[in-house]
Amino acid sequence: MARQKKLLRDNYHQARWDESIIFELSVPGERGVLVPLACPGVVSQVGDGVSAIPANLRRKKAPALPEVNQMRVNRHFYHLSQETLGTDVTLGISEGTCTMKYSPKVQEHMAARHPGIVNVHPLQDPETMQGMLEIYYQVEQFLKEISGMDAFSLQPGGGAHGVYANASMIRAYHRARGDNNRTEIITTMFSHPCDAATPNTAGFKVITLMPDESGYPDLEAMKAALSERTAGIMITNPEDTGIYNPRIEEYVKAAHAVGALCSYDQANANGMLGIHRAREAGFDMCHFNLHKTFSAPHGCMGPATGAIGVKEFLKPFLPVPRVEFDGQKYILNSNYPESIGKVRSYFGNANVVLKSYMWIMQHGAEGLKEAAICSVLNNQYFMKKIAAIPGIVIWYAKGKRRLEQVRYSWEKLKQDTGVGTDDVNKRIVDFGIEHYWTSHHPWVVPEPFTLEPCESYNKEDLDEYVEVLQQISKEAYADANFVKTAPHKAASHRPTHEAIDEAELIAVTWRQYQKKHGKK
Amino acid sequence: MHKKPIVYPYIPNSAPETKAAMMKEVGVTDPMQLYEEIPEHLKYTQEMKLPEPILDEYSIRRHTDEILGKNKTCCEYLSFLGAGCAQHFVPAVCDEINGRGEFLTAYVGESMGDHGKWQALFEYCSLMGELMDMDILSIPMYDGGQAASSSLRMANRINDRKKVLVPASMSPEIFTIAQNYLNSVPAPEIEIVKIGFDSNTGLMDLNDLKKNISADVSAVFIENPSYLGFIETQAEEIGKIAREAGAEFIVYTDPISLGVMEAPANYGASITCGDYHPLGLHLGAGGCQGGFIATHDDMKYISEFKDLMFGLTDTLQDGEWGFGEVLFDRTSYGSRDKGKEFTGTSTGLWAITAAVYLSLMGPRGMEEVGTTIMQNCQYAAKKIGELPGVKIQFSSPSFKEFVVNFDMTGKSVAEINKHLLEFKIFGGKDLSKEFPQFGQSALYCITEVHQHKDLDKLVYALQGVISC
Repeated sequence: MARQKKLLRDNYHQARWDESIIFELSVPGERGVLVPLACPGVVSQVGDGVSAIPANLRRKKAPALPEVNQMRVNRHFYHLSQETLGTDVTLGISEGTCTMKYSPKVQEHMAARHPGIVNVHPLQDPETMQGMLEIYYQVEQFLKEISGMDAFSLQPGGGAHGVYANASMIRAYHRARGDNNRTEIITTMFSHPCDAATPNTAGFKVITLMPDESGYPDLEAMKAALSERTAGIMITNPEDTGIYNPRIEEYVKAAHAVGALCSYDQANANGMLGIHRAREAGFDMCHFNLHKTFSAPHGCMGPATGAIGVKEFLKPFLPVPRVEFDGQKYILNSNYPESIGKVRSYFGNANVVLKSYMWIMQHGAEGLKEAAICSVLNNQYFMKKIAAIPGIVIWYAKGKRRLEQVRYSWEKLKQDTGVGTDDVNKRIVDFGIEHYWTSHHPWVVPEPFTLEPCESYNKEDLDEYVEVLQQISKEAYADANFVKTAPHKAASHRPTHEAIDEAELIAVTWRQYQKKHGKK
Repeated sequence: MHKKPIVYPYIPNSAPETKAAMMKEVGVTDPMQLYEEIPEHLKYTQEMKLPEPILDEYSIRRHTDEILGKNKTCCEYLSFLGAGCAQHFVPAVCDEINGRGEFLTAYVGESMGDHGKWQALFEYCSLMGELMDMDILSIPMYDGGQAASSSLRMANRINDRKKVLVPASMSPEIFTIAQNYLNSVPAPEIEIVKIGFDSNTGLMDLNDLKKNISADVSAVFIENPSYLGFIETQAEEIGKIAREAGAEFIVYTDPISLGVMEAPANYGASITCGDYHPLGLHLGAGGCQGGFIATHDDMKYISEFKDLMFGLTDTLQDGEWGFGEVLFDRTSYGSRDKGKEFTGTSTGLWAITAAVYLSLMGPRGMEEVGTTIMQNCQYAAKKIGELPGVKIQFSSPSFKEFVVNFDMTGKSVAEINKHLLEFKIFGGKDLSKEFPQFGQSALYCITEVHQHKDLDKLVYALQGVISC
């Protein structure tokens, strides 16, 4: 019988290679690659070279690395890649707050293969890397326009790293004014954990505001917390719930009234490109994740870029070197004595910046806005469908339109069937869909999951996702245990210990595992 | 005239029919109604001033190629730049694997659907553990500067002391990153004291170290091999001095040296850190760095790592490997501002690449590559040192990099490097600003990618440049 078109992949099974750990593949004597040896003309002049190392610093026991031939190494890592659900093979809608958009291959190929980036050394004479500096300079101009800020640095190596750099600049700004009493930063519970953790790392005391009953950060509580000790507020909007806070200006004004700076975490900016900017909302600084909003891929957790933008008065504090244009050529300028210095070596992740350059150039102002609109349209369409699935509830902001994502809850499903979000999250991979993002801790919304159907996904992708959730809900009501023992068709089953907290169970390396457990 | 809407290939629902149907479904007639929660005065009503888009794929490729084509590269040019980002041999399988879309585009999925990612990162930790001869690593960090900085903060949390001693010869780049990272409100959290060094050998001044060591010192930090290339031959003794004072001994190392050089753990390091860029990664204009920290198996250390750790365990299926989160509440993902420092997206793809590299190299590959680097480096230093007016700054043995002093040639490094460009050579990094005490000196980096003829070409070119 001919196959009917369908969306639900109920016949799917992930690759399950039952792959050994690389050390188990070792065959003494095998080689994976031969390395260049010194030429005879070199050896004849200097001998073995290593005798120059004093005896106590010579390696005595060779590192116990595996010995594996090349084909097997290649095959091993191919197997592992096939046991991984990257957005190239799955619906990245799952990872809400992460903006898992399509990373166009033309960008990848340029960044990974063009000798004009792959083989460029960051300490080359700037005159020999004008192209690279041009890309940096242009992306800075683009981001200035997109945010309304006056200057950007692309040095930080990730989103949290960018927020950390912003916290460092807040510190430097107050210190430069001789105000050493500003020891506190205020953030909100639905802002990313880095908005609390990075100011703490930078030495601030952190005050976290809980949401009020409508899901907004409590404005009165914030006013009560603000004082001459407040160095800054570091908040997200829309927060991870997808709810835009329409009173955002009041928070900013209240903070400015006590002399604090306002830092806008714009990890959730994808729905607002060309629609809403940090400047109009009154912020002094912001950050974008180039690996989210501007299409660079996430790479199993990096490399990434946290682009940080500031208003003119904070420009002196940005990391150095800054890429500037003197009218004729691009230069690297480190002459900013009040700068926080550096947070990342050289000038950051050039490959990520290049991809974002290409993405912005392929869309222009109109295209960026179209991306934002389609991401919000997708989300509102998606939310309407999901709201109808038995077991799902949506906290906060009834009747309000969310922006690019929604934090949903399986609270009702859990009450009705005992199947909670962690169980559904394990079953979802049985349909070829990546595990979803529940929520950062603590779980203010019970049994949470956060979905972000950004502009890369078409209507059928969204409908497929909805069908999968419907199916799992149905299964939970019919046979809870089946869902609670999922996944059944993924690369591996549930680990016996998802959280490993006891010293005797910790094995973060093969050698540690062997010491504790012996050979399996 | 009404413009025909553009259908963007990366925005499928920009197709007018679908868009209209979906708008109808959500009850809006104008896209801006989607944004009714944003107050009118907070909306941006102008058009962003961005360049006209380059819509088709051929043209964007052409456009980007033309910009990148303005860069000179370390293929066309013979490069002796290092200073933490050296040109090494990259096996093809490394690029093959980090180009796999599944790895390239994965992120934070759990250990079942992303089993392969968890295993690959576990293997990265395991392989690095063998190289370091230590049991504990977390998933990677931004770069070596971050690794050094976090190591110093770990030490501070372990012993609650607030002073660290570092060599004055250390990488200024890493020093700057650490300086910001140890800063606090209102005053620095941790005081950094620079310990002097011998300008003829590069080695740490042990008298200065002994003068500064005390029960207040949280950590003694050294680089080995050092930023300036010399091997810190007193490392063991420095470690002893640190330990006797109850301080942590942190060694920042170059992982590609560890096939021939002893793992720092075996001469007393309690924390080993560094940048794994040499292990299978390209220069990438500085975009391929990655940091690591390793320690022994001791909860005192394990509890202080700031990044995620993936632990090997079993699954409900007998005989199957599984992975779990180790001490998740350590991290800021688990505990926000109560976590250790902060964690976030770092360099996962590069760590997987380093795992591929170490799997290919094996123990013999690592020994051979270290040997080749030592030999090439000694040959280059010998030949360069024979040039008139040119001096190799340090008498100590070096690994991969060494300082060349040009004072007696009467030429500045800037002039020399400019001239070398005519020979299609990128000369060593100019140190005259970072280390003015060495006058006109440059840091030359020599690795296994340099062949005999490359080194002779450098010597020939230098000879020409300094005698003209």
